[in-house]
Amino acid sequence: MRITSPQCRTSCVPGTAGGRFSGNNTQMTKAPGIVFSGQYRLNGNLLFEAAVEFPAAQWTCLLGRSGVGKSTILRLLLGFDTGGTFDGTIQATNALPLAYQISYMAQSALVLPWLSVLENIYIGACLRGGKPDIDLARSLLGRVGLSGHAHQKPGTLSGGMRQRIALARTLFENRPVVLLDEPFSALDAATRAEMQELAADVLQGRTVVLVTHDPGEAARLAHQILVMSAGKTRSWPVPDSVPVRQIHAPETITCQARLLDHLRKATL
Amino acid sequence: MKGKDTLLTLVIGLGLWQAAVTLTDVPHFILPSPSRVAQALFIHRATIFDHTLATATEVVLGLVIGTILGTVTAVQLALFRTAERLILPILVFTQAVPVFALAPLLTLWFGYGIGSKIVMTVLIIFFPVTSAFHDGLTRTDNRFHDLAHAMGARKVRFMWHVQIPSALPDLGTGLKLAAVYAPIGAVIGEWVGASKGLGYLMLLANGRAKIDLMFASLIVLACLTVLLHIVVGRLALWLTRYAQGK
Repeated sequence: MRITSPQCRTSCVPGTAGGRFSGNNTQMTKAPGIVFSGQYRLNGNLLFEAAVEFPAAQWTCLLGRSGVGKSTILRLLLGFDTGGTFDGTIQATNALPLAYQISYMAQSALVLPWLSVLENIYIGACLRGGKPDIDLARSLLGRVGLSGHAHQKPGTLSGGMRQRIALARTLFENRPVVLLDEPFSALDAATRAEMQELAADVLQGRTVVLVTHDPGEAARLAHQILVMSAGKTRSWPVPDSVPVRQIHAPETITCQARLLDHLRKATL
Repeated sequence: MKGKDTLLTLVIGLGLWQAAVTLTDVPHFILPSPSRVAQALFIHRATIFDHTLATATEVVLGLVIGTILGTVTAVQLALFRTAERLILPILVFTQAVPVFALAPLLTLWFGYGIGSKIVMTVLIIFFPVTSAFHDGLTRTDNRFHDLAHAMGARKVRFMWHVQIPSALPDLGTGLKLAAVYAPIGAVIGEWVGASKGLGYLMLLANGRAKIDLMFASLIVLACLTVLLHIVVGRLALWLTRYAQGK
C-alpha cells in the first residue's frame, strides 16, 4: 500500500484547484484521455499487446473472453501489482500522474458491512485522513436514489442497491477517470439495465473504461469498443447513435449480435 | 431450552454422584457426597467468597491486560511487516516453553501477592489473543486493499477503518480461548505461592484433609469459569455481529 502524506498529495499534483481530484472538490477538472501502448508479459511469455487510446470524457468498453487480460489492463492503469511485467507507456493526455485521477468500481460492491450506507460513501476521505464532506455524500446518495437509506447498514440492502452505494462512493472520489470492472454483471437483468443508465448519467464528462462480458452492455454504453483476443486488442465498430442507446434499437441489437458472434469465434 | 437441558444434566450428575457415595460407602475424606460439599460451601461461604474475589480479580485483570497487550501487538505486527518477520517466529517459539514451569520464577520476581498471578494469566492468554487477532488482521480481502490503494489511503487509516473492524470476529475467537485459559493461569500461580485465592484455598483444604471444602472451592472455580465463558461469549458474539453490521 502506498503511504502518502497530505502535503505530498497536494504538492505532487500541480495545476489543479485544491491540488487533487478527490474528496471535497465538487468541481471536477476536465477529464483527460489515456494512451495505453505496450506489451504485457507473465513469466516471460507475451500475454497481450495493445496500442489504444481511451478518449477523454467517453466510454470505452473492453471485451474478450475470460483470462484474456482485460482486468490486467485496468490494474495496469491503476498502478496495481499484476504479477507480470509491462513494457510500454501509460499516460494521461493532460500529463498528470494517473494515480491521482482514477477511481474504480468492481464487480463486488466492496461495501464495509459495519458502516452505514452514508459512511460507506465517504470512507475514502476517512482513509486519506481528511475530514469527510458529509453533505456531499448525502447529495450523492440522493443522486443514486438511496436518500432514504442513509443510516441503514448495507447488509439489509439488495445487490443492486449495494452497487448504487459503490457508484456513489466512486462519485464521492470525484476523479476524472473511472474504471469499471464488470460492475453490473452480478445484477438481475432489469436492475442491470437501470444501473447502466444511472451510471451513464452520473459519470457523464468522465473518461470511463468498462470491462464487460456482456455484448449488449457494450452496444448500449460504448463510444468505443475494444475487443481483446489472441493477445491483440482491436477496435470494433460502434453504432453512430449517441449512448445510452435504446435496448431495442436496431443498431444496438445488430452491434450486440455481431459482437457476440465475433467473441464466440475468438480465441484466447 | 438449552438452559433447561444443562440443568437436567447437572441434576442427573449430582444424583449419580450422591448415589455412588451412598452405595459404595467411600470415606468422605476421599470423595465427599454432594450434600456434604454443599454443607461445606454454606458453612465456609464467607471465606470462599473472599478467596473467590481474589481469584476473580486476578483473572479479570489478567484478561484485560493480556487482551490489551495482545491486540496492540497484533496490530503492530500487521502494520510492520519487518516486525512481523522478526517477532512472530519468536512468539511461536515461546509457546514451546510450558508457561506453568515459569510460575516459581514469576513468584520470585513479582512476589506472593496478586502481581505474579496476573503476570501468569497475561502470559497464558497473550498468545491466543495475539495470534487470533493477527490472523484476522492479515486476512483482509485483497479487493479492499486495492480499493483503498486507489483511494490513496494511508496505511494506519486503513488499519483503523477496515482491517481492525473486519478482524473483530477473530479477536472474539481469541478472547473465548483466553477466557478458558485465564482461570488456569491464576490458579497455577496461586498453587506456587499465595496467601489468597481459590487455588490457595484448595491446597489449604487438601492439607487439612477437608476434601469437602476442596470440592466446594473447585465447584466455585468451575462456576467462575463458566460465568466468564458466558460473558466473553456474549462479547465475542457482539463483536461478530458488529463486523457483520447487524
